[in-house]
Amino acid sequence: MAEPDLLGRRLLFFTGKGGVGKSTVTAATALLAAERGKRVLVVEVDAKGNLTEQFEQGAVGFQPREVYPGVFAMVMRTEDSLKEYLKLNLRVPVLGRLGPLARVLDFVATAAPGVKEILTVGKVCWEVRESIEGRADWDLVVVDAAATGHIIGQLDAPRAIQELVAVGTVRTQTDWMVELLSDPALTALNIVATPEEMPVNETIELVERARAELQVPLGAVFVNRVLPELFTRSDEKTFEALRRPESGAVLTERAGPGATTVLEAARLAVSLRRTRATHLTRLRETVDLPMVYLPYLFVRDAGLRVTRMVAEAMAQELGL
Amino acid sequence: MSPSGGESTAKGLEPLLATKEIVVFCGSGGVGKTSVAAAAALTAATRLGGKVLVLTIDPARRLASALGLEGFGNLEKQVPPEALKEAGLEPRGELWAAMLDTKRSWDDLVLRHAPDEETAYRILENRLYTNITGRFVQSHDYIAMERLFDLHATGAYDLIVIDTPPTRNALDFLDAPKRMAEFFGGRLLRWLTMPYRVGGKRGARVLNVASRPFYQLADRILGSEFLQDIGEFFVNFQSMYDGFAERARAVEALLHDRRTTFGVVTTLEGSPLREAEFFCEQLIDRKYHLGALVLNKTLPDYLLSADGARAADVLVAEAGPVAEALAAGLPDAAELSDTARTARVLGTVGDSFRNFAVVAKREAELKGELARQPEVVANVPNFEIDIYDIAGLARIGEHLFA
Repeated sequence: MAEPDLLGRRLLFFTGKGGVGKSTVTAATALLAAERGKRVLVVEVDAKGNLTEQFEQGAVGFQPREVYPGVFAMVMRTEDSLKEYLKLNLRVPVLGRLGPLARVLDFVATAAPGVKEILTVGKVCWEVRESIEGRADWDLVVVDAAATGHIIGQLDAPRAIQELVAVGTVRTQTDWMVELLSDPALTALNIVATPEEMPVNETIELVERARAELQVPLGAVFVNRVLPELFTRSDEKTFEALRRPESGAVLTERAGPGATTVLEAARLAVSLRRTRATHLTRLRETVDLPMVYLPYLFVRDAGLRVTRMVAEAMAQELGL
Repeated sequence: MSPSGGESTAKGLEPLLATKEIVVFCGSGGVGKTSVAAAAALTAATRLGGKVLVLTIDPARRLASALGLEGFGNLEKQVPPEALKEAGLEPRGELWAAMLDTKRSWDDLVLRHAPDEETAYRILENRLYTNITGRFVQSHDYIAMERLFDLHATGAYDLIVIDTPPTRNALDFLDAPKRMAEFFGGRLLRWLTMPYRVGGKRGARVLNVASRPFYQLADRILGSEFLQDIGEFFVNFQSMYDGFAERARAVEALLHDRRTTFGVVTTLEGSPLREAEFFCEQLIDRKYHLGALVLNKTLPDYLLSADGARAADVLVAEAGPVAEALAAGLPDAAELSDTARTARVLGTVGDSFRNFAVVAKREAELKGELARQPEVVANVPNFEIDIYDIAGLARIGEHLFA
């Protein structure tokens, strides 16, 4: 069982190794929260455009757009985030009049180290704070955040900047960001993994590093694409007996020449499941976070249907 | 497991690995770049000979130790020939492996390009520097390419195979050298450093109309103390500019060189595949040599068999009668005497086939839609066990060369 009220928080980050289904799980969480009556902002950080596909919607921009009843999606663009920041905080009247500054904006936002991170996290935190203080109305902000290798740098950016900057507007602002990010009642960092070697390794490492280096509280581990267990132990003996040549002859007689192929496919399924099970065990034994298991879906393609299926599985696991 | 299909189109990576000096494997996260790169290097070393290096960014621990890459460090190590022989291989050449230590590589870079030792150490000890190299991972992109250049320049290797760092965008690393050069040559850096170049050629009083609002603004946002930190850091860093910019240009030129080729790795899943296609397009547009597309972890072709589908249907629909027939036909098989159990197992077996067939069909469809660019398409099946040793890599290699 996961934390009693994962959805009761205000800010949920999702990270994970590439390819584990981070966007799908993020989208499913947003959908689930929306179906439970929340108004959700879902933020895609990597701007690959995967996220809105989960809702079968076209690309969105920096301005949130409703992609599903109650779910608003936006894509993080650091340049827009910087412009918005300057406009809001410094009341800089017209950017164009700053001349050369406007030209370096793009550069600052994309190339200067750390700036991208702080602009990303800053924007997300700002949306949450505005909502808490009643100037925006998101019940929940869900972030499809950086992959495991980058997430610490991303979420630690406010604190890193705090260490570097002693005074000034930025200092004051990183103060409240750090506070918001480290409040377990408001924020959680969730990790998506699949029961495979590298995703499990990265999850274990990330949990250790996050505890040592980050103040952001950890939420749950979402174990995605768990293959079904086909047989109980005694069923498996029967299965082994079916794979003997004499059984194969009977089966071929009854079910045609494809019978042994079907048995071979089942053997592959058992074998794949078994390899993954060892990683799952290792994950469970090493990481003491709540685990949310999501099944491997044998479906044609990604899309809203898959997002719904994942959300349903999640609801069951979370007891919602 | 027999290799899955596509033999008609697959030409194998052998010609590429035999003629190029650098092979860069890229693709979105989780597609198996690292294993494919290691397997390609291993197979090149064993079958083609020569001195082959695999430069890997973030290998799985078991794979790293299989390659003899324990702990951290930037040194290349030879994979012991005995280890290859133990895996049943008869190497004609040598396999070397190296991991990327980002921090160390940055330090090396500073030591190389700084005008004098004092400047070098001032940079290395700067708080901002530690932050940039340690914390902000974008620095990975550049340093990987830089290190590749370095290793290639030694001339010690016939072939270098590299897997690219897990970037947010698989293309980032291509732009990294240019971005670095821009960063060092950029106007922003000049502005930031201007007030600190007191006594320099132009003096400190040249805060002109253009840059003054920038300072006022930067001061309000960041506070003057931090600005000063940045300024001092960049004054030092800028002393490396010439060497650095030249180097970045050389790195870029090497990636465009005809001796370098790119291999795009993908699984047959919607989103990695779309990204791979985009990546192929981009490589072609930017005039890089796109050598191969590797389809990794594909399901076996037999899942598409019509006979299989029919048999699965029968097993599901007639599980009971088939179980009876088994019990009757094989009275000695104790495991088949419980017909209810047998029927349940048969149903499960049939269902499982149907499930996997859905996924296999999806893969086949996606494969069919693939633009035939590049011409070389290699197919690596989804092995049932994790690949973490030399023998496993050799199995992947067989499929890459097929």
